[in-house]
Amino acid sequence: MSYLKPQFKHPKLPKNKIGYTIKEYEGPLSTLCAGCGHDSISAAIVQACFEMSVEPHKVAKISGIGCSSKTPTYFLGNSHGFNSVHGRMPSVATGASMSNKDMVYFGVSGDGDSASIGMGQFVHVIRRNLNMVYIVMNNGCYGLTKGQDSATADQGSKSKAGSVNPFQAIDLASLAIELGAPFVAQSFSGDKQQLVPIIKAAMHHKGFAFINVISPCVTFNNNAGSTKSYDYVRQHIEATSTLDFVPEMPIITTKYDQGKSTKVALHDGSIIQLNKLATDWDPEDRVSVVNALQQARLKNEILTGLLYVNTEWNDLHGTLKTCKTPLNKLTEKDLCPGEEILEGINRNFR
Amino acid sequence: MKPTDTKNPEYYHKVVDCQYACPAHTPVPEYIRLIAAEKFTEAYMINWESNVFPGVLGRTCDRPCEPACRRVRVEEEPVAICRLKRVAADNKGDVKKHMPQGPFPPNGKKIALIGGGPASLTMARDLAPLGYEIHLFDEQIAGGGMMRSQIPSFRLPEQVLNEEVNYILDLGIHTQFLTYVKSLKEVLSQDYDAVFVGTGAPRGRDLPKLPGRKEADAHIHIGIEWLANVAFEHTKSINKKVIVLGGGNTAMDCCRTSRRLGGKDVKVVVRSPFEEMKASPWEKEDAIHEDIEIIDNHVPLSFEHENGKLTGMKFQKVKAVYDENGKRQLLPTGEDDVFIEADEVLIAIGQENSFPWIERDLGLDFDKWNMPVVDEVTFQSTNSKVFFGGDSAFGPKNVITAVAHGHHAAVSIHLFCEGESLYDRPSPYTNLVSQKMGIHEWSYDSSVAIDQRYLVPQAKKSLTLKDRKKEVELGFEIATAYRETQRCLNCDVQTVFKEDRCIECDACMDVCPTSCITFTTNAEEPELRQKLLVPAENLEQDLLVSSELKTGRVMVKDEDVCLHCGLCAERCPTSAWDMQKYFYSVTKANQMSTAFPPIEK
Ligand SMILES: Cc1cc2nc3c(=O)[nH]c(=O)nc-3n(C[C@H](O)[C@H](O)[C@H](O)COP(=O)(O)OP(=O)(O)OC[C@H]3O[C@@H](n4cnc5c(N)ncnc54)[C@H](O)[C@@H]3O)c2cc1C
Ligand SMILES: Cc1ncc(C[n+]2csc(CCOP(=O)(O)OP(=O)(O)O)c2C)c(N)n1
Ligand code: SF4
Ligand code: SF4
Ligand code: SF4
Ligand SMILES: [Mg+2]
Repeated sequence: MSYLKPQFKHPKLPKNKIGYTIKEYEGPLSTLCAGCGHDSISAAIVQACFEMSVEPHKVAKISGIGCSSKTPTYFLGNSHGFNSVHGRMPSVATGASMSNKDMVYFGVSGDGDSASIGMGQFVHVIRRNLNMVYIVMNNGCYGLTKGQDSATADQGSKSKAGSVNPFQAIDLASLAIELGAPFVAQSFSGDKQQLVPIIKAAMHHKGFAFINVISPCVTFNNNAGSTKSYDYVRQHIEATSTLDFVPEMPIITTKYDQGKSTKVALHDGSIIQLNKLATDWDPEDRVSVVNALQQARLKNEILTGLLYVNTEWNDLHGTLKTCKTPLNKLTEKDLCPGEEILEGINRNFR
Repeated sequence: MKPTDTKNPEYYHKVVDCQYACPAHTPVPEYIRLIAAEKFTEAYMINWESNVFPGVLGRTCDRPCEPACRRVRVEEEPVAICRLKRVAADNKGDVKKHMPQGPFPPNGKKIALIGGGPASLTMARDLAPLGYEIHLFDEQIAGGGMMRSQIPSFRLPEQVLNEEVNYILDLGIHTQFLTYVKSLKEVLSQDYDAVFVGTGAPRGRDLPKLPGRKEADAHIHIGIEWLANVAFEHTKSINKKVIVLGGGNTAMDCCRTSRRLGGKDVKVVVRSPFEEMKASPWEKEDAIHEDIEIIDNHVPLSFEHENGKLTGMKFQKVKAVYDENGKRQLLPTGEDDVFIEADEVLIAIGQENSFPWIERDLGLDFDKWNMPVVDEVTFQSTNSKVFFGGDSAFGPKNVITAVAHGHHAAVSIHLFCEGESLYDRPSPYTNLVSQKMGIHEWSYDSSVAIDQRYLVPQAKKSLTLKDRKKEVELGFEIATAYRETQRCLNCDVQTVFKEDRCIECDACMDVCPTSCITFTTNAEEPELRQKLLVPAENLEQDLLVSSELKTGRVMVKDEDVCLHCGLCAERCPTSAWDMQKYFYSVTKANQMSTAFPPIEK
């Protein structure tokens, strides 16, 4: 087994605007299972950061616990990172963002990490509209602890051991929209064409950006009967559309053929459908998105792409009216401006 | 593009850049791994089977494999393939017991080999085990051809040459040394079933028309004649001031030999610019290291002399000018002519073939350059009984090319004697074996070393210049050799792709350190090359293209800078990728009739 990535790279590897190749955005060799969807999402993040020419030291990756939460070790090796406690990534991210608002924050979480133990944190970070990219690598199970059903496992989905999940699934995208998240997208780890531009758009979005990425667990949830397996989702790859993201312009465009959908029969005879967003769908109109998601759920469809975006809401720093300079850059002089000024402030209260 | 036909034995062969570039197709990575494992005898035998003179070639080979080495494309310097070969030869155990053991039951056929250079000796080695009665004629005192008469002892010690020549002669070859063959007609009139001409390119070019050539003749020598005279100890010294004309390897051997025979002020004067000299870069470096001045862009005008005694030479200064097709012209710079003092001149400006001993009425055609007409595949001349190989076939090349010719011509002669078509040639022996040992374990060392090429240590100049037989290169120490072996990328361990297993998770594409793998929609080759993660612009390297996958895309792998690190296979959840060792060996005459596979560890 290899533990080290060879240091050589393709001699003709393209460079981005700031002179880096994609290698400068990669990390050490992943120790996740071969073929894990999470690794593909890592690769999509690497690709997005490379294409956006972000300076790696201006990025921080914060995660909880799980295979998904381990991934930040394996991408953006030149960036900051904090592997926190199970379900507590949002509070650590909040603290980091409060002290330095000039960074790009990637919160990396799993369906277990967000939809079970971390649900409270997930809900409140949305409510506060923290400026970050929040990615859930959603495999419908607790991969790291050997594949128990998670709260996002679809009802009726079959585990590797053969048991059928009796509980309803928590739909994280709907929940995020319901809670007022201003950027909500859904994608598939095996569709980088769609995922990379979504990540790029999310990085550009000021405020909370949520991306729910279906990411097969090859080891524990890639069996026949699972609704999160490659086989199952692959048949939709052609049906999903890509999204263009042009960083220079603030407009985010969705390019979907109208109303196309693909039906896939499940092992138990039920049908799931992957829809493209129709043109009468307005990603800026929350009511129409909620409506579409509800409709989709009724029809057992999964919507992918950028579902909802609102650029008007204040992020946490805006709401709190923090100063322009990041707090961690304030010097002693800024914070202790001297007795005279203190006197002046005190006078105001008298 | 159509899916790649990996069943074609040449597809994976081409991926092994060094082996593909080697005229004899020596399985290089296989013996490099054996050296790493300190299995020197086995490493030697892999070489011997293929190139017949591992000890000689490990010191003197022109090494076409090295510029082809993949390492040049991913790093800069090739693996020191040639010098690793020498490590096998230096440290081997008893190899003779692994060689064919005579006496061989005679097959009743008799072959004459004219000339005892590497081409003829290879022929002898391949045919003797089949029971041919082989008669080898050479005008020299012993076998080896130019390896003996031309390559100086400070590069190739005599005992190394003798050992490897004797392995062959001991197979029961009838030798007639000190025998110059004066007439091919006479040879053909005897009862030989076939005749092989391996007489080399024995004539050195002269400058007969240059003023002063005749007058100063006593101190002007043809390079290769002079080197032979030194080798056979007819010439033991040279004057202090020497000019060597020419820029090839012969010139380098002449100037370095001069330094050892008394030349103090030795200059190489060459017409072309320094960078374009024919000599290998390492030969030039070694010459400069021995205080030899190389003067480029000087065209000889005349030999200057006083009363028949050479005083020096006059040269015109030129510069290289290139037309739009890159064709070079040497134009005078207009500066004054240059006089360079000398009391001895060696002319090393090339060799020619010469066949004064072949009658022109034997049905053996010669072309307008007075070269025999020889078939490039069969090495047969227009006289069906007469075959050519080595420098005599298509002009001067090198030892390894002569060896390769020897193998091919031996196959032809065997087919000819069996009455079979010479074009019905045996396919190469190939074998493709998975290297998988456990989930993520390979039976080869897949990690990629970043070490830069190690230098071969040399003996002190103060010692080597005193004694022309003192070998300059000392060879790698075993520990250094090991480190050098680790630079090899195991290009023979192929990335074999099975599309029906691929679930298109992209793991291989994401992990590949050199961005070789792309999943994309198919297109014609030029467009497909552009569509890859990094466009495949090196057209000499092939694309491995799968058949269509479930999502309608294809897997395309650009072989160009693959490190054979095995990561794609390690990260593949379904073993759609596997690392499989490809062994490719040219089938030699002695392997044709028997089912005996080539020697493989
Ligand atoms: C100075 C010099 C240095 C070289 N260094 C290298 C090197 O470092 N590496 C390398 O790979 N190559 C080198 N070469 C080239 C290499 O030596 C030849 O390409 C190679 O030896 C050719 O092999 P061959 O079998 O064709 O014949 P040769 O080696 O040329 O042998 C032919 C033999 O036939 C004999 N012969 C010729 N005519 C007759 C006849 N009528 N009757 C009987 N015998 C006859 C000759 O005496 C000779 O012994 C060098 C060449 C020269 C001149
Ligand atoms: C406080 C706490 N409770 C429970 C665990 C055990 N645990 C580790 S990972 C995990 C679930 C991870 O699931 P998910 O976030 O979906 O990650 P995945 O491995 O599937 O990517 C659990 C319950 C823990 N590490 N810490
Ligand atoms: S257990 Fe599942 S989620 Fe975890 S690394 Fe393996 S495949 Fe990925
Ligand atoms: S890296 Fe090794 S196998 Fe590959 S071309 Fe070079 S010597 Fe040959
Ligand atoms: S062996 Fe596989 S991963 Fe390694 S360089 Fe070659 S194609 Fe890439
Ligand atoms: Mg999970």
